[in-house]
Amino acid sequence: MSWEWQVFLSDDGSGRTYLEWMIQAWGWTLSVAACAWVIAISFGFVIGTLRTFHKYPLLVSLGNTWVEVFRNVPILVQVFLWYFVLPKIYTPMQQWPGFLLVVLALGFFTSSRIAEQVKAGINALPRGQNMAALALGLSPLQSYRYVILPMAVRIILPPLTSESMNLLKNSSVAFAVSIPELTMFAMQAQEETSRGIEIYLAVTAMYAISAFAVNRMMAALESHLQIPGAGAPSLPTISGGH
Amino acid sequence: MGGLDLSFFSYDIISKFVLKGLVFSVELTVGSTIGGVILGTVLALMRLSGRRVLSSVAVVYVNGMRSIPLVMVILWFFLLMPTLIGHSIGAETSAFITFIAFEAAFFSEIVRAGIQSISKGQVYAAQALGMTYAQNMQLVVLPQAFRNMLPVLLTQTIVLFQDTSLVYAIGAYDLLKGFVTAGKIYGRPEEAYLLATVVYFVICFALSSLVKRLQSKISIIR
Repeated sequence: MSWEWQVFLSDDGSGRTYLEWMIQAWGWTLSVAACAWVIAISFGFVIGTLRTFHKYPLLVSLGNTWVEVFRNVPILVQVFLWYFVLPKIYTPMQQWPGFLLVVLALGFFTSSRIAEQVKAGINALPRGQNMAALALGLSPLQSYRYVILPMAVRIILPPLTSESMNLLKNSSVAFAVSIPELTMFAMQAQEETSRGIEIYLAVTAMYAISAFAVNRMMAALESHLQIPGAGAPSLPTISGGH
Repeated sequence: MGGLDLSFFSYDIISKFVLKGLVFSVELTVGSTIGGVILGTVLALMRLSGRRVLSSVAVVYVNGMRSIPLVMVILWFFLLMPTLIGHSIGAETSAFITFIAFEAAFFSEIVRAGIQSISKGQVYAAQALGMTYAQNMQLVVLPQAFRNMLPVLLTQTIVLFQDTSLVYAIGAYDLLKGFVTAGKIYGRPEEAYLLATVVYFVICFALSSLVKRLQSKISIIR
């Protein structure tokens, strides 16, 4: 078997090279992942926090339902649900771009997993933290804002890092609804050029590089947020999942 | 509900299209859990062996698998298997091999944590009794480790079951494909996706509730 890397310089029939196509596909992968990440983080933190409001059972069960629904359906099926089923039920959604629908699917799916981590992070704090905040005259909301959440964020940064990398990898399911991202590129370019190994190697490398970049960015965030001298209580390990 | 009509989903259609897919999804889940746990245990033992060559092979394998999307791994095996074996294999066989190889990386991390949760005293006591490494692992360490990690292993199996839907990428006939096929033939794709969502949810929710109950039982015994 011989390598034929020049396949990347050949024309794909529309005036661009496969290399250019792959770079564009990489851009799609990164955009899908980045937008979904914003949704996942926002909803994950809100839902995870709601699940610790033990005085409001309705909010707690709302949060629990959210997590169970989005966690117990495969991501690919959720993508189909957002892309095909919901626009049929709620017709204005038919005007929404496919990119947005995939971002919502990935974002909500990941939000359930982040909510789980946020809840675990808040519960890992000693109860005295909240009591001390209340004793100082902070309102319950202020206690969350200034005491509990800042501590919880720092505790859950390691699992949050691996969840962010999972999100990047999961963005590959967007191929199923024809978003022109890396996996879609890999499948189509492999078919057109029959140089599958070169194409797949390049795409795999792109994913590995991106995952590594996410890892480094989260590590930078972690050291930026670190409080000198504060040994944060550690989180009981949450496992499972890709 | 605007424009959706679920009435066409009769028992006939389910048994004709969906059941076959469900059977494959379950087979794939069970088969690759067993295969993945065995291969994962070997990887974990390699990693903890203290021999640099063995442990670095395991580290590279596990970290490599964990940094690539599962869909890409599925595509890789589907592309490479025929070249390696010399003749083409079906999407279903390829899926089995892929999932065992991929999940082994995740199971090995669980098994490693399980082995490390056993106190050193257990290992020393077994050594003091004159047990060999194999006896030590087989009779003392692994039985306790597996008991400790059972809930996590089962949770990972549920995730695995969800992941089997990704064989869609190579066209293997699994539970999701069963719904998609039925939806296509009867011109009701949206209803089929909706029903697929419900079925996956019911199965995964029931299983994870069972795991939760098991977990609370085990933690009391301990």
